[in-house]
Amino acid sequence: MKRFAALFAELDSTTATNEKVAALKRYFAHAAPADAAWAVYFLSGGKPRQVVPSAVLHRLACERAGIAGWLFDASYQSVGDFAETVAHVLPPPTRASDLGLAEWIEARLLPLRGADPVTQAERVALWWDELDSAGRFLFTKLIGGGFRVGVSKLLVQRALAESSGVDQKRIAQRMMGYTDARATPSGRRYLDLIAHDAAETGDVGQPYPFFLAYPLDATVAEFDARLGPPTDWIAEWKYDGIRAQVVKRAGQIWIWSRGEELVTERFPEIESAAAALPDGTVLDGEIVVWKDDAVAPFNLLQQRIGRKTLTKKVLADAPVAFIAYDILEWASVDLRERTTQERRAQLEAVVGAHPRLRLSPVVSASDWNALAALRDESRARGVEGFMLKHRGARYGIGRRKQDDLAGGAWWKWKIEPLSVDAVLLYAQAGHGRRASLYTDYTFAVWNRAPRDANEAKAVVDAIARREPATAEGLQLVPFAKAYSGLTDEEIAGVDRVVRRTTLEKFGPVRSVVPTLVFELGFEGINRSARHRSGIAVRFPRMLRIRSDKPLHEADTLQTLEALLGV
Amino acid sequence: MSADDLVVSRPEGLYCPPGDFYLDPWRPVDRAVITHGHGDHARYGHAHYLAAAEGASILRTRLGEIDLTTLPYGEPVSHNGVRVSFHPAGHVLGSAQVRLEHAGRVWVVSGDYYVAGERDDPREHNTTCAPFEPVQCDCFITESTFGLPIYRWAPQGSIFASINAWWRANAEAGRASILLGYSLGKAQRILQGVDASIGPIVVHGAVDTVNRAYRAAGVPLPRTQFVTEVEPALLAQCLVVAPPSAQRSPWLRRFGDYSDAFASGWMQVRGTRRRRAVDRGFVLSDHADWPGLQRAIAATGAARVIVTHGFEAVMVRWLTEQGIEAGAFATEFGDRDDDEPGSAAASDATA
Repeated sequence: MKRFAALFAELDSTTATNEKVAALKRYFAHAAPADAAWAVYFLSGGKPRQVVPSAVLHRLACERAGIAGWLFDASYQSVGDFAETVAHVLPPPTRASDLGLAEWIEARLLPLRGADPVTQAERVALWWDELDSAGRFLFTKLIGGGFRVGVSKLLVQRALAESSGVDQKRIAQRMMGYTDARATPSGRRYLDLIAHDAAETGDVGQPYPFFLAYPLDATVAEFDARLGPPTDWIAEWKYDGIRAQVVKRAGQIWIWSRGEELVTERFPEIESAAAALPDGTVLDGEIVVWKDDAVAPFNLLQQRIGRKTLTKKVLADAPVAFIAYDILEWASVDLRERTTQERRAQLEAVVGAHPRLRLSPVVSASDWNALAALRDESRARGVEGFMLKHRGARYGIGRRKQDDLAGGAWWKWKIEPLSVDAVLLYAQAGHGRRASLYTDYTFAVWNRAPRDANEAKAVVDAIARREPATAEGLQLVPFAKAYSGLTDEEIAGVDRVVRRTTLEKFGPVRSVVPTLVFELGFEGINRSARHRSGIAVRFPRMLRIRSDKPLHEADTLQTLEALLGV
Repeated sequence: MSADDLVVSRPEGLYCPPGDFYLDPWRPVDRAVITHGHGDHARYGHAHYLAAAEGASILRTRLGEIDLTTLPYGEPVSHNGVRVSFHPAGHVLGSAQVRLEHAGRVWVVSGDYYVAGERDDPREHNTTCAPFEPVQCDCFITESTFGLPIYRWAPQGSIFASINAWWRANAEAGRASILLGYSLGKAQRILQGVDASIGPIVVHGAVDTVNRAYRAAGVPLPRTQFVTEVEPALLAQCLVVAPPSAQRSPWLRRFGDYSDAFASGWMQVRGTRRRRAVDRGFVLSDHADWPGLQRAIAATGAARVIVTHGFEAVMVRWLTEQGIEAGAFATEFGDRDDDEPGSAAASDATA
């Protein structure tokens, strides 16, 4: 545990990739396989479910620190991280422990799940007393289920490859599913990751690492010069669903999400459609809700994912389909080194006309401008734009920057987001790096267009006097929350305004006198009975601060209504 | 606040009505009593200044030719019937608490002060200036920069050990060590605390100006050099002590490859450390930590406490729960608003 805490501190204290890899290699060189197995699990995003409820930890931390609950909460609001708050308020440790990470997890942490709260509290108090501040922070993260670290999975793979001498691509494939909740890390599994023999060591249902796409940052006019002729490319509609691989081997189906979660049971329609595939087949594609012979909005899929049990009604309301756009393995042969062109031909031969296992159509046009015109139909088709894949490219790993646009990358050529100008109404402090900065904002639009600046100002003055809005009068209606899109300097500026214009504090949230207008972008918009505005937007983010825009020129509910039809 | 309070809050700053003078005022006034030389406490433009003698050279360095009267620590002067005296605050050279006595009442204005840990331990004193001395009073006006239980300072020995280890590792790897800290107070504590045998120590001009005042006052500091005085081949072995404004400035380019670090109490919190975007954060503060604040307040025996800059709301509630009559003054110290360390730049300056 000490060694892992030291590794975490090292990783946390540098932003340099080489130093991170060096720290990881030093750790792997000395760690016992069982410990390294858990380290790989946590570092590549594995999260055990919460073992001890937050309420128990909260009560215990206050008791050990001898402080009142409100004082802990005030500290938490300033730190922005529960485990770190705990680590700072506890009195210094009185004992030490040399237990390894695996023992901490397997012999201590995991058995605690489901124990009665009294036992949990007794044990945790004892263990806190064995750890220094760094160890407590880490351990509390692990029992609270909120562990995150600033290394990418690719970096972990690189460190494993460099320290073991095994090819990184092979390690990447072996690591697929390593963090799946159902599989427990073990020394055996760790050694399998870095084994030199070519024999299949992993699970027979292993998927391949997903090849990820980049947003295409170029205008259509530049396409010819930078991408070459459109005939070099395969263009397909970009679906807004769940990226997944369907693996058929040894008479069995595995469906893996991009988060490397095994989701086979969540999508029985796809499982049964894939049953017809021959063994030794792996398809890459998108899971979407497919209804009335068309793709349905993402929020329907989201609602289905949220359901614990798949009732008949859920299956009928939100039936899914798999839209296949690549084939990674055929007749048990890895096709990833073949060209897109070749893989596409194979895919078309394999995927037939099954309504739940569909072939992603290729869209062709004589030139880029014609394709751009087709792209304008995206919203009507329920898609996000185009995916562009070079015909001569192989299937890569992960997301790698490529300077050459016409190189092997996949490009997301998305349509411009919908946007409105909205007014900042509430702000909440962020977490982690943004702790104690107001970074999470709630935005509103007018319920109708203000007649002029004076009418808008009257509403703002009423808000400043804390008078409730009248239902029939002009008012600001909150409709979206956003926390991304601003630079650090912009956030610092907004933070200052929030503090200066605070009206009321509700715990970590502040209401402000409306002064700021933002251009808010979002991917989609739907009616929603659960929102006061009657509207839900998908993936809202801030495009820019409209300091040029007076409040009364912000958009209205009618603007949003009009976008519903787009 | 009752009508015969010895200190009240006015738009110009904290004010003593019977004495007709201000304490660390933020707007120009006729008579200003100054606790210490940091920019948010000692401002330009007052007609007359009164301060502790030890801080005179720093005030003159910073404010130029001012009408300054000084008093040795502990020696009172009467002004309009108010007995005024200065008592060490342990924050920076010449920093003082101001004791006010009038008509049988004693009030103390703390300014910024440094007291660390639950028990008094000489190893944890700030040795670059006179250590904090508790002063008995009826009402104590206290700062609360780090008034949250998350702020507990580690023993100074271990903080300097980790700074030395960082410096040594950098020197071995052939890169300079840039340590950023406020030029008045923090820089001198760093210089006095580090192991000068590891390599040459370079200081920024702003730090050197303050060093001169410290050395003149008899505070021992190790040998320091300007960057131009160091052999280029040795630059990679250097510890460079510079103010926060030097971060990523062209001035740093001459050191070639370097590792940077920041010394401040705010570095206790991981989010602040990451936002600061330096390689390392060392938790070294010139302000009292949570146990230190509690100990300092208890030692005054004050039945009433007024909290100024920092986590005022938290301190007031905590004190009230301890049965102490507590309130808060809104001040313009520390240039931070209400209850949090707002912009990193402003609050780092004096922490």
